[in-house]
Amino acid sequence: MAPSLISITDLYKSFGDQKVLDGISLHVEEGENLVIFGRSGTGKSVLLKCMVGLMKPDKGTIVIDGKDVVSLSLKELNVLRKSISFLFQGAALYDSMSVKENLAFTLSKNSKFTKGEIIKKIDWALDSVSLLDSKEKMPSELSGGMRKRIGLARAIITQPKLILYDEPTTGLDPITTKEISKLIRDLQQQLHTTSVSVTHDLICAQIISDRNIVLKKGKIAVEGSIEDLMNAQDPFLKNFFGSEIIEHGDD
Amino acid sequence: MSSKNTYLTRIASYFNEIGALGSFVARFFKRFLFPPYELREVKKHLEELGVKTLPIVGTAGFITGLVLTLQSYPIMTKFGAEGFLPYMVSLSIIRELGPVITALIFAGRVSSGIGAELGSMRVTEQIDAMEVSAVDPFNFLVVTRVIATTIMLPILVVYVDFLAILGGFLGSILVMDTTWTLYINQVIDVVKFSDIIPGIGKNFFFGFIVGIVGSFKGYYADKGTEGVGKASTTSVVVSSLLIIIVDMILVKVTLLLWPPA
Ligand SMILES: Nc1ncnc2c1ncn2[C@@H]1O[C@H](COP(=O)(O)OP(=O)(O)OP(=O)(O)O)[C@@H](O)[C@H]1O
Ligand SMILES: [Mg+2]
Repeated sequence: MAPSLISITDLYKSFGDQKVLDGISLHVEEGENLVIFGRSGTGKSVLLKCMVGLMKPDKGTIVIDGKDVVSLSLKELNVLRKSISFLFQGAALYDSMSVKENLAFTLSKNSKFTKGEIIKKIDWALDSVSLLDSKEKMPSELSGGMRKRIGLARAIITQPKLILYDEPTTGLDPITTKEISKLIRDLQQQLHTTSVSVTHDLICAQIISDRNIVLKKGKIAVEGSIEDLMNAQDPFLKNFFGSEIIEHGDD
Repeated sequence: MSSKNTYLTRIASYFNEIGALGSFVARFFKRFLFPPYELREVKKHLEELGVKTLPIVGTAGFITGLVLTLQSYPIMTKFGAEGFLPYMVSLSIIRELGPVITALIFAGRVSSGIGAELGSMRVTEQIDAMEVSAVDPFNFLVVTRVIATTIMLPILVVYVDFLAILGGFLGSILVMDTTWTLYINQVIDVVKFSDIIPGIGKNFFFGFIVGIVGSFKGYYADKGTEGVGKASTTSVVVSSLLIIIVDMILVKVTLLLWPPA
């Protein structure tokens, strides 16, 4: 068995008296691709943000690549962050920079590439999401789906060890969804990237996941392959994965 | 919740806010004292600030000089002191009106802009995105803006003072017999270094206030578009108020250091 790249133990996080993460323990092996499902507001984004140190959990440990994220100094955390990319749910493109500058920003701030290398990498990343012709555009000139794909290009351009995708295909049409999901799969295979993806999209999950978990009320409710989840007898899962029409008890 | 209770929480949050602003300022200096600096960003902000504010502060300055002259002329005549008009106008402008009017307009235009800009970056997670890509957003976004406003405002004041004196001259030729050479000689005659230095010097403080308050409000904006609007408007209110308070303190200090002859 490959060593764990991510080990999360007993993670708790509340906002005021609202418990969001309520004792999560999770391991992701190197090269493994985990998909997280869960209803809106169950804390999927919060979990991802805790992993990169954007939010501090109330209790528990997160060890990534042998380093305890919660107790690292900012300097050490930044070293670790250079090997991680994060695709934000809302893409979080820098409004004041063009698409090209958005991609160059992460690259030039993190490593010493020559101008030529940077241009090559930008072209590669934009080509991967089929948006090479949007290089000079400003984010405000892009559609929602295009923003998402640029966000994706920005996440993969550094070719990191670990990528966290927060809903990579939400808002994309079915064809683009498949293309993007395949792109994520290809990256995983070519670069041996480890990934954790939050999604509501079964097509996407089917393409990219090695393993799936479902969050419910701050805990991991189930774990397994897509088939396991879809064939589960649990009424919540039946409801969630659409094998049954909406009925009561659907939280 | 009782009304007394809300009142207390309001006072508490007021002092909380002052404390938070204080540590924001401290963080600025901690960051400011150690390189690397994002000089390219500073330069970009300086250019933007210039383009954004030169026309309005120039217009306001010119009109202030003009109106001040027109308003003061009848009073000065009453005391038979109309010959002192250029003295009075230029001193008022250089010591007080130029700096404060420029600073207040700057606060209205720039502090709100910074508040909105950083606020929307906070709300749309752009600041988080920077942090994740191992860039220090405080250094990249806040320090650069504060440096730019602190440098820019004193420069603007020199420009505004000049235009206001020009406005004063226009006012003078409207109401009395004078020439440019005569007028400007009278101004040069009376204006001393000890008027110019504090007049311009205090704008380093005002520029700093505008930059730091706008950044503070934007950097910690609440989620949602409402948060952006709030960051923008409260930046203006807080920075204008602070400018007036700090001006009062600095005038007192200046009078102590350079007592009027
Ligand atoms: N900064 C914050 N301050 C207070 N509460 C927060 C904050 N961030 C998230 N929450 C709360 O935590 C809960 C989980 O939020 P999160 O964004 O993780 O949901 P999610 O599972 O990603 O949902 P979605 O599928 O809609 O994106 C929500 O109820 C939200 O209100
Ligand atoms: Mg989310």
